[in-house]
Amino acid sequence: MTPAAPAADAFDPALPWRRARSVALRPEPFGALVYHFGNRKLSFLKSKTLVSVVETLADHPSADATLVACGVPEVQRPAYVKALADLARSQMIEVRA
Amino acid sequence: MTAVVPQRPTGGRLVDQFEYGLDAPICLTWELTYACNLACVHCLSSSGRRDPRELSTAEAEGVIDELQRMQVFYVNVGGGEPTVRPDFWHLLDYAIGHDVGVKFSTNGVKLNRERARQLAATDYVDVQISLDGATAEVNDRVRGTGSFATAVTALENLAEAGMKDFKVSVVVTRENVGQLDEFRALTDRYGAQLRITRLRPSGRGADVWDQLHPTQAQQRELYSWLLANGDRVLTGDSFFHLSAYGEALPGLNLCGAGRVVCLIDPVGDVYACPFAIHEQFLAGNVRGEGGFQRVWQQSDLFQELRSPQTGGACTKCAHFDACRGGCMAAKFFTGLPLDGPDPECVQGYGESALAARDLDLVKPKSHLDHSHTGPVRGQPTLLGMPAIPAKICDESPLAGAQLG
Repeated sequence: MTPAAPAADAFDPALPWRRARSVALRPEPFGALVYHFGNRKLSFLKSKTLVSVVETLADHPSADATLVACGVPEVQRPAYVKALADLARSQMIEVRA
Repeated sequence: MTAVVPQRPTGGRLVDQFEYGLDAPICLTWELTYACNLACVHCLSSSGRRDPRELSTAEAEGVIDELQRMQVFYVNVGGGEPTVRPDFWHLLDYAIGHDVGVKFSTNGVKLNRERARQLAATDYVDVQISLDGATAEVNDRVRGTGSFATAVTALENLAEAGMKDFKVSVVVTRENVGQLDEFRALTDRYGAQLRITRLRPSGRGADVWDQLHPTQAQQRELYSWLLANGDRVLTGDSFFHLSAYGEALPGLNLCGAGRVVCLIDPVGDVYACPFAIHEQFLAGNVRGEGGFQRVWQQSDLFQELRSPQTGGACTKCAHFDACRGGCMAAKFFTGLPLDGPDPECVQGYGESALAARDLDLVKPKSHLDHSHTGPVRGQPTLLGMPAIPAKICDESPLAGAQLG
């Protein structure tokens, strides 16, 4: 149903990413809840900025560029890259072909 | 009275965010009917007889449409025995067709080979077979004669049909807590997954709770077992009160009632949690103006439940952050104050609170009881009532037969 996502250690923020097609995002006061209809996993995006990042991944040439566009401060970038790597591991985001 | 909505903090732990509630539930239980072929002694919803006010097929479809709009991605369907509703299979397809996944609990009575094949071929559905003993002897005492055999037949049918990841759902009691490894062996045999949950003094469970809830020593064993096996067993996060032993158990260690969890009952009433069918926890009805969404987002009751506990004896306890005071329903139906310890508090405060209860305290009782009023075939023997043979010939081939 869903293409296999690359392993977390393979998460490359220089590549183009997007929210996986089988994933729905439900806004919540603290951020959002993401749900994967294929593997039925539930995850949480714990900040509104992370929600914008996930929602706009598809509009930018790379995950790195998305972080810049969303105004994520330099000092917080590693934490966001880790959050995206976790989302990649649970197949919530996928590489754009 | 208008509830004052407390200020939600920004950032921090998810568990703290969940205390302030969500725009839609994560874990919604929907009991489709109070009708049931069984009469389990500990039934949380005192099921048996169908309620004539039950939601119609069209009304149930309306609820599903609303859940889709609210992005409730899946519901836990139960009862009663949900599969005895003639439109059960239709509603299952309707929900799946509207992006609302279904996990349903059943005693297996309708899961013949054909239905098992149908389920195996359906994406986005999960089945849980209820079993409260790893042997017929232990199970049938609480669920009724023949219920173990029915459940096992359903498991065989699902396994044979190639169904993946179905569950065996066990309520942990004093009588079956020693069988956890046997349950695991049994589920492994069918390629199923084990799910264990906590016995609450809700519904008919209130009548047998003193007799069936695990002892303190058993709770300790259960905690060790969960630490050793927790990654391979589902618990619905229902044993979070055990976290006060020391190490937090995986999952959400928080009472989710009205915050991330709620119940829609067969007549459309919305309660804070499946174990809290009582007027005090009734927030509204899906038939009302604004439907379920309005009840979830705006009812006074749910607003009140969405604030962190700040007072009461538990907040002064060193373990409060681990167990958060335990289960609201367990306290309520044993007559304990909601801001005090859980009756099964592992630090022993629950036992002393139970002992200190007023002698003439009348424990709260649900206003609803759909229990069968007459004898039921194969009814449970735990309460010491004589069993009625499941079939006449179970006792003697000639008993009851009209000869000559």
